[in-house]
Amino acid sequence: MTDITPIRTQAETQLLDYLRHPRSSLPVGDGSVIRRADAIARLEREGLPNRRVEEWKYTDLRALLREAAPPAERPSAADIAEARAQARVFADVAAVRLDFVNGHLAAQDAPPAGVTVIGLAQALAEEHPVLSNLNRVDVAGGNASYELNRAFLSDGVVVHVAAEQAVAQPLHLRFVNRGGAPFSTAPRVLVVLDKRASLTVLESHEGDVAAQPNSVVEFVLADDAQLEHARVNTEAAGTIALSTITAVVGTRAAFRSVNLHAGTSVSRHQLFVAYEGEDARVTLGGVTVLSGTQHADTTLVVDHAVPGGESRELFKTVIDGEAKGVFQGKIVVRPDAQKTDGRMMSAALLLSPDATMNNKPELEIWADDVQCAHGATCGELDDELLFYLTARGLPREEAEALLLQAFIGEALELVTDEAIREAMTGLAIDRLAKLA
Amino acid sequence: MPAVQETVERVRTLDVDQYKYGFETDLEVDKAPRGLNEDIVRLISAKKGEPEWMTQWRLEAFRRWQTMREPGWARVNYPPIDYQDLYYYAAPKMNPAPKSLDEVDPEILKTYEKLGIPLREQEILAGVEPARRVAVDAVFDSVSVVTTFKEELRKAGVIFCSISEAIREHPELVRKYLGSVVPVSDNFFATLNSAVFTDGSFVYVPEGVRCPMELSTYFRINERNTGQFERTLIIADKGAYVSYLEGCTAPARDENQLHAAVVELVALDDAEIKYSTVQNWYPGDAEGKGGVYNFVTKRGDCRGRDSRISWTQVETGSAITWKYPSCILRGDNSRGEFYSIAISNGFQQVDSGTKMIHLGRNTTSRIISKGIAAGRSENTYRGLVSAHRKASGARNFTNCDSLLIGDRCGAHTVPYIESKNASAIFEHEATTSKISDDQMFYCLQRGLDAEEAIALIVNGFVKDVLQQLPMEFAVEAQKLISISLEGSVG
Amino acid sequence: MIEIKNLVVEIEGNRILNGLDLTVRDGEVAAIMGPNGSGKSTLSYVIAGKEEYEVLEGEILLDGENILELEPYERAARGVFLAFQYPLEIPGVATMSFLKAILNAQLKARGEAELTTPDFMRRVKAAAERLQINQDMLKRALNVGFSGGEKKRMEILQMALLQPSFCILDETDSGLDIDALRIVAEGVNALRDGKRSFLVITHYQRLLNHIVPDTVHVMSKGRIVRTGDRELALELEASGYADYVTEAA
Repeated sequence: MTDITPIRTQAETQLLDYLRHPRSSLPVGDGSVIRRADAIARLEREGLPNRRVEEWKYTDLRALLREAAPPAERPSAADIAEARAQARVFADVAAVRLDFVNGHLAAQDAPPAGVTVIGLAQALAEEHPVLSNLNRVDVAGGNASYELNRAFLSDGVVVHVAAEQAVAQPLHLRFVNRGGAPFSTAPRVLVVLDKRASLTVLESHEGDVAAQPNSVVEFVLADDAQLEHARVNTEAAGTIALSTITAVVGTRAAFRSVNLHAGTSVSRHQLFVAYEGEDARVTLGGVTVLSGTQHADTTLVVDHAVPGGESRELFKTVIDGEAKGVFQGKIVVRPDAQKTDGRMMSAALLLSPDATMNNKPELEIWADDVQCAHGATCGELDDELLFYLTARGLPREEAEALLLQAFIGEALELVTDEAIREAMTGLAIDRLAKLA
Repeated sequence: MPAVQETVERVRTLDVDQYKYGFETDLEVDKAPRGLNEDIVRLISAKKGEPEWMTQWRLEAFRRWQTMREPGWARVNYPPIDYQDLYYYAAPKMNPAPKSLDEVDPEILKTYEKLGIPLREQEILAGVEPARRVAVDAVFDSVSVVTTFKEELRKAGVIFCSISEAIREHPELVRKYLGSVVPVSDNFFATLNSAVFTDGSFVYVPEGVRCPMELSTYFRINERNTGQFERTLIIADKGAYVSYLEGCTAPARDENQLHAAVVELVALDDAEIKYSTVQNWYPGDAEGKGGVYNFVTKRGDCRGRDSRISWTQVETGSAITWKYPSCILRGDNSRGEFYSIAISNGFQQVDSGTKMIHLGRNTTSRIISKGIAAGRSENTYRGLVSAHRKASGARNFTNCDSLLIGDRCGAHTVPYIESKNASAIFEHEATTSKISDDQMFYCLQRGLDAEEAIALIVNGFVKDVLQQLPMEFAVEAQKLISISLEGSVG
Repeated sequence: MIEIKNLVVEIEGNRILNGLDLTVRDGEVAAIMGPNGSGKSTLSYVIAGKEEYEVLEGEILLDGENILELEPYERAARGVFLAFQYPLEIPGVATMSFLKAILNAQLKARGEAELTTPDFMRRVKAAAERLQINQDMLKRALNVGFSGGEKKRMEILQMALLQPSFCILDETDSGLDIDALRIVAEGVNALRDGKRSFLVITHYQRLLNHIVPDTVHVMSKGRIVRTGDRELALELEASGYADYVTEAA
């Protein structure tokens, strides 16, 4: 009964190779909060996560990632200009934009009043105090995708909103990938809101190259801060995307994050939320539309460590072709987190006989005075509803489209801002239209 | 010092009150040497007078087991088990084997009497009207000591006997079905069981027969340091019906006892098997010392069209419960059900649930699980519902509710819901809550004390599952729930 | 007889009862009226023994015995019955089973013999008929899915069954239409026997048209500020509580 040393896959060997000749010049040594060496050691020891690792049971990254692409070079001025011109998502929403091209911070609008934006390289070099907010969420620690971002960290930005600042204009984190040969990126964004500050963050991922991005966006909300986060992924086919959102919420803080997944070939989107202050409210939503041989995994952990927290999660998945959807959601309620109110729902529609959905909604509860519930459903479009609509004169395709829109609409409703919600709904409908 | 003596006496009575099956029976015992190797496996097989094919089957399992690892994925913690430090065979000395109840050691009869299990055929379970007859197979440590109502069952064509007897008397049936639902190499504990199982029950209900009475097996671990590895095999042939009950207890002991059973059910076309368990193995004392480690593999195969298997369990005992009674829904239109009440108190750890594997068309399944955690216990529901490509029209409904009593226990829900068929419709819902202070106050105001109030509310919470039990078991289970929750308040 | 002397009660640091004195003699029907937030419901909870209320001073004597140290179920066994303003739902527990459990618990606590099943059924049936509660309701889980009126009638049914010596009706009229109010009042009146005493807590006087009180107390800011007979209730109906609210503030 000895531990078997796994044979390294080609991708694992490539990854470790790349790390021997890092391209990034970020100060990420032992002294920095990043401590890249730890992450590299972990990769050497454990390799890529596979189906035997419980958290990766349904997304076997070792099998899915056959060829690891090299880290992206810093893009040329021409690439940057073209990439920015090409970006479509949230184009009609007035916002302050921070553009990442191929994982590197390439351009930025002037920040609104009360908001400070510092490049990650500079912040690390200065040992800026705001960096103490990096890696704050325990449950994200040790997570393979998060650790890979740490190992390959290429660039990033730190956004700091001063206390009491209600920032009206959304901040748009725009990630555009462009180029011929595949490459990988590992950007990191830290957004810190001081007391009673409020901000809307848009995040979009798009591009025309089969890239391997692995982004981490970390939010830290001080007491009474409010953050709305809307995210869209429309990356090109061939893309293998890893992404992690973490959020630390203070007393009475409100955090809301809604994701639309409408691109990539393989994706794993993770959310880790930690309650640090009492009576905070968190709403997480998501829509995923899949077809062909796409694989999309949404994994989230909502960790209630203090009393009075409320969490709401609503995720909708539409699966066509031979695509595979995964939802893993866990609500943790620690012993002190009395009066927690947590509700989670995952619903999936399978449109083709070869589609697959794997749902794993978990409750892990150590406090008695709580109200927690989760639900999961999986099935096809309701025949009776379809019949009802067709009986009223709608052609079958239109009836189906209407029902699908209604199905995903429920989750997109969670986006508070009308213009943002409409932009996301438009993209979702376009994506649904391509299923037929 | 009398005061100390008195305290000791009091503690002793308290403990017995809490777990009233904790007594020990003094018997002369025939035991195999401690430890496990091929010789022990051969010895068990020889003790049972088994044919060579069976010995070989066991040896193969044993060799396989040596290459396997104990699973670690469940949410249970226990010190490593030294498999060489256990006895794998212990039997009350009885030479020659008893032909009738009158020849059974009176000490054993007394044990079952104390446990409230009727072994005399004229006896019926107390307090239930009208009298219903139940045939009992009583398994004491490693052997079946007696099976009642055999003659009457034989007239109906039903075979109900110990598995050892079945291996000798009905080898064609045993060879055909043993290991066909839970393969020898299924998992670490099942493989161990395959190598060393000592006794258990065998039921065969022939085509078109509705078994004329409830069948039941009563398992009792008595010997110290003895693992109990029973094996149950139930076959309902086409159109047959059988309802089977299983009960378990063990004496209170400081050391942990290992129990690793395998139960296999086979339902052919139109057949129905209803399997009910009240598991009340010794849970350990208030400090978490002692108690049974219960690692059980139970699986039913709905092999035929329109067949139906239903598991109902009331789990109140054991220090550790690792148990997932499952249904393989192979036959078209077959149906699987799982109804469970799992109560944990003290330092008990429960990781239990089910698997509903939909393979055939229009297969349906239903899961109702009620977990109640009190004291410092951990109570996990773990379940899998899956629909394979061909399982068109599959349906599942799952409801898992957890109730926490006190703030030092944990209740967890870990469902896996996997669908590979668009026309399969799965619905899962789970909630966790506590008994509200207002509900408690309301009951107290009406004159119930705290423990009565909790028992009442908990019985309401688990009602959907209690209804699935045969009446005499439901009454017993209801009492057991109250006893299990004693000391959970204050 | 119940005597409440100088009762001072806090919940989470907020003082609710502020030196309350009240006596209800055997056979008396006393009404307590008062504006919202005057402490009426608190008083009923404290008499019944709800845990989260902190009694800082005073005593509650039931037939001469101080019951403040007793558990709620011990008070119940001594004859204290509280008809809740919002009766609780207990899923899965059939009403009939619940009735049997509480009756037997009280009989046992008093050292009396439990009723036989036929006797029990007879008693429940008789009480149920008077309150127009059908058999079907008794089979359903206690209060689950019952209408407001059904829940209140179920409270009175329990009162009739348990035969308490001191009954508190906490806003029993709230949420009742006029027909339901009449049925409930008749149920209560049937239990008036010259020995059993009642404390009727209400915001409106209309209940007192049906359950006619011997005494009427006005409560404000945690104490009894005025005591009178039935006329006082009518007066309040006309003038409202404004005087008492400002006086208290």
